[in-house]
Amino acid sequence: MNQSTEAGTFGPSVAEAAGTPPSALIGRSHARGRFGDALFFNLTRAFAVVTLVLLVGIVASLTWSAWPSITTFGFGFLTSSEWNPPAEQFGALVPMYGTLVTSLIALVIALPISFGIALFLTELSPAWLRRPLGIAIELLAGIPSIVYGIWGLLVFAPIFAEHVQPWIGKTLGQLPVVGGLFSGPALGIGILAAGIILAIMIIPFITSVMRDVFETTPPLLKESVYGLGGTTWEVVWNVVLPHTRVGVIGGVMLGLGRALGETMAVTFVIGNASLLSGVSLFMPGNSITSALANEFAEATPGLYTSALVELGLILFVITFVVLSLSKLLLTSLQRSEGARS
Amino acid sequence: MMPVDQSIQNLTPEISIRDLNFYYGKTLALKNINLDIFKGKVTAFIGPSGCGKSTLLRTINRMYDLYPGQRAEGELLIEGSNILDKGVDTIALRAKVGMVFQKPTPFPMSIYENIAFGVRMHERLSRSRMDDRVEWALTKAALWDEVKDKLNQAGTGLSGGQQQRLCIARGVAVKPSVLLLDEPTSALDPISTMRIEELIHELKSEFTIAIVTHNMQQAARVSDFTAYMYLGELVEFGKTDDVFIKPKDKRTEDYITGRMG
Amino acid sequence: MNHLRIRRKAVNFLALSLSLAAMAFGLFWLAWILWMVIDLGVGALSMSLFTEMTPPPGSAGGLKNAIAGSLIMVGLAMAMATPVAILAGIYLAEYGQRTLLGKVTRFINDILLSAPSIVIGLFVYAVYVANVGKFSGMSGAIALALLVIPVVVRTTEDMLALVPNTLREAAYALGAPKWKVIMLVTLRSAKTGVVTGILLALARISGETAPLLFTALSNQFWSVDLSEPMANLPVTIFKFAMSPFQDWQQLAWAGVFLITLGVLLLNIVARVMFRKVEQR
Repeated sequence: MNQSTEAGTFGPSVAEAAGTPPSALIGRSHARGRFGDALFFNLTRAFAVVTLVLLVGIVASLTWSAWPSITTFGFGFLTSSEWNPPAEQFGALVPMYGTLVTSLIALVIALPISFGIALFLTELSPAWLRRPLGIAIELLAGIPSIVYGIWGLLVFAPIFAEHVQPWIGKTLGQLPVVGGLFSGPALGIGILAAGIILAIMIIPFITSVMRDVFETTPPLLKESVYGLGGTTWEVVWNVVLPHTRVGVIGGVMLGLGRALGETMAVTFVIGNASLLSGVSLFMPGNSITSALANEFAEATPGLYTSALVELGLILFVITFVVLSLSKLLLTSLQRSEGARS
Repeated sequence: MMPVDQSIQNLTPEISIRDLNFYYGKTLALKNINLDIFKGKVTAFIGPSGCGKSTLLRTINRMYDLYPGQRAEGELLIEGSNILDKGVDTIALRAKVGMVFQKPTPFPMSIYENIAFGVRMHERLSRSRMDDRVEWALTKAALWDEVKDKLNQAGTGLSGGQQQRLCIARGVAVKPSVLLLDEPTSALDPISTMRIEELIHELKSEFTIAIVTHNMQQAARVSDFTAYMYLGELVEFGKTDDVFIKPKDKRTEDYITGRMG
Repeated sequence: MNHLRIRRKAVNFLALSLSLAAMAFGLFWLAWILWMVIDLGVGALSMSLFTEMTPPPGSAGGLKNAIAGSLIMVGLAMAMATPVAILAGIYLAEYGQRTLLGKVTRFINDILLSAPSIVIGLFVYAVYVANVGKFSGMSGAIALALLVIPVVVRTTEDMLALVPNTLREAAYALGAPKWKVIMLVTLRSAKTGVVTGILLALARISGETAPLLFTALSNQFWSVDLSEPMANLPVTIFKFAMSPFQDWQQLAWAGVFLITLGVLLLNIVARVMFRKVEQR
C-alpha cells in the first residue's frame, strides 16, 4: 500500500493535469451513435414485446370468441358428453377424453422407447454411428405431421386392423379389468391407432431432450462407478438417471405437450366420432384438435363456432400448463448444472 | 518519498491514474492504484495471474462498462478529464484509446473492411482517402506487403500472427493516442511474437503504449517502464531497467527471479 | 459372489439389448414411413402435377394451384416473420439477458415454440378472418408467420450467445456504438447459425396443415389473390387423402412426397450448416 502511494509521485500533480482545457471526451460529439443506439434498442425491445403480446392476444381473443359458449354452458361444458350442433348443445367431454387418452397412450409407448434410444445414443453406440443415428431420429421429428396422418390412415390402419388388433383382442382383451379396453371390432382407425401414431411422432422429441440431459452427467461421476466395477446399466440406473431426473421429466412433459396439441396425425386416424361408445380403445373417438380440424371451417357462426373456440381455449390452457412445467424443470436442471461447473 | 529521477520529470503523462479502486460486484480487484503512463513510452504491466493487470488495462478504455456489476472509483485522467466520470463519451474515449486483445479478433469481413470498420465510426473519408488510410495502417502494422494483393479476402483466413497484426492495424487506423495491448502475443508462436515486439518498438514513436504481459523477458525487451502488480496492488513502478536490475520491493524481486508466480 | 456377478451381467445384457431394440424400433418407423412415401409418391409423380389444376373427383389433374399457393403463403410468412424474430432475438441476447422483460419473453417464446399450431389458426381466425368476413391467403400467411417467429427468435438468441465476447469487445474498443457492434460484427459472425434457424422454420411451416384449415382454407381454382381463399398443398392433401376417390388419393401421395422431400432436404441442409457453426 505504502509503495503504491509513493509510485503516484512519479508524475506531475493532479492539479497540474487538470489545468489543461477540457477535451472532447466529455460532451455529445457522437450524438448520432447515441441516437442510433437508443433507436435500435427500442426497436428490438418492441419486437420482443410482440412475442408477449402474441400470447396475451391468443388468450384474450379466444376467450372473447368463446364467451357466448362459456356463458351458456358454464362448467357443464367440461362435464357434458353431448355434442349436438343442430340442437346447439355442446359439451367438451368426448374430445377432451380423446385428447387425454391418446396422449396418455402415446406417452406410455414413447417413454420406454425414447429412454432406450437415448441410452443407446449416449452409452452404447460406437462413436461413428452416433451422429448419423442422431440425425435419423431428428429427421423423424422433422417429418410434417400430415405425412404421419396419411400414412397412418392409408398404410398403418389397414395392417393394424388385419394383423395386430385381432391378436391384441385375443391376448390383452382376455385379461380381467383391462380387457375391456382391448375389445370390440378391429376397425384399424380409432383411439388406440391415434395413440400409436402420436407415440411415433413424439419419440424423437423426448429422445433428443433425454440424450441432451444424459450428456450433462459429469464423466468423472460415471467413471467412478465404472471404477468400482459397475456395469453400463448400473451406471445409467444409479448415476445418470438420478443425476438427470428433472431433465428427463421435463423432456417427457415436452413430448406430452406436443402430443396434446397435435392435429393432423390424430385427425386422420382417430375416426372422428363425437359419441363415446364404450371404454374400448379400439373404438373411434374424437380429440379437441380433430374436432376443430373437421368441423370449424363448416361450423355455423354463433354458438357452434363459439363452442369450438372454447375447445381450442381449453387445449391451449392445458398445453400451456404442461409446457410451462416442462420448461421450468429443464431450466432448473440447467441452473443446477451451471452452479456445479 | 522516493528520489525523483530527473529524466522522468521531463516526461509528459498521457494518462494519470489517481487512487483508483476497481470492484467486481463487491470484490475489490484493484486497490488504490496511483501511476502515470508517459507519452510516447511503452509501459509494461507484469504480475502473476489474477493480480489485476488486465483489469487495470480494461479500466483505461472503460471496457468494464459492458458488464453490469463492475465499477471503478477514483481518477483516471486523460487530457485533463476524468474518464471515469458518468458524462464521458465512451465512443470518443475509445477512438482515443485503442486496444488489442489476447487472442486475435478479426471481424467476419474482408481484410480491408476490418480496417475500415473502425475508421468509419469516427470519420467520413472518400474512397481514395480510405484506401490510403488502410494502406497506412497496414504498413504501420508491418502487414501491408503480405496482404496488399488480397485485401478483399476474409480476415479470418490469415495466420494467427497476421491476424494479430491485422488487429493492431485496425486499432492504429483510428489514429488513437494510446494503444492498450492485453497479452498480445500469448496465443502466438515465437516468430510471430518477435515480429509483434519489433512492431511495438516502431509504434512507440507515434503512440503511447500500455502492454500487459505474463512474459517477463518480453516486458524487459519492449518496455521503457514497468509496473509490477500483485493481488490488486501496484507493488512497484519505475524504469524497466531499474525494476529488473535493482527492484526495491522484495515481492518484485521474488517474482522476477522466479521464486513466485 | 459369483452368482451375484452373473445376475448383474444378465441384467446389464438385458437392458442393453432392450436399448438396442428401442433404437431399431425407432429406425423401423422412419424407414417404413419414408419407404411408403417414396414408393407411393414416386408412383404418382408426373409432369401434370405442376401444369394442371386440382381436379374435381373422378378425373385426372395436378397440384399446380396448390403448389403455387403454398409457395406464396410460405414466402410471405417468412418475409413478414424473419425481421421481427431476428430483432426480438437480438433483444434477448444482447440487451435482455438479465432483465425481467427478457426472462419473461424467453419463457413465453419457448412455450409458443411448442404450442399447438391449430390454436394459432384459431387465433388468426378470431382476430382477422372473423373481422374481414372471409377466408384468405393473407390470413394463412399470417398464421404461418406466427409459427415462424418463436423458432427464429430462439435460434437467433442461441447463435448470438455463441459469439465470443472478445469479438464484441474488439468492436467496442474501436469506439463503435452498440447497435453497430451488433449489426456489423455480432450478427454477421452468427450469420450461418441464424440462417440455419430460418431454414428450420421454413421446413416447419412448409408442412403445417392445421393453422391453414380455417385461415387460407383451400381453393379448387387458380388464385393468387391474397384476399381470397388460397389453395395450398397440406390442406389439399388432407382433403384428398380423406376422400374415397382413387385419383385424389394418388394426388395426395404425390403431394406428400413433394412436401416430405422438401422438408427433409431443408432439415439436412440446416444440419450441415449448423455443423459448420459447431466446428468453428
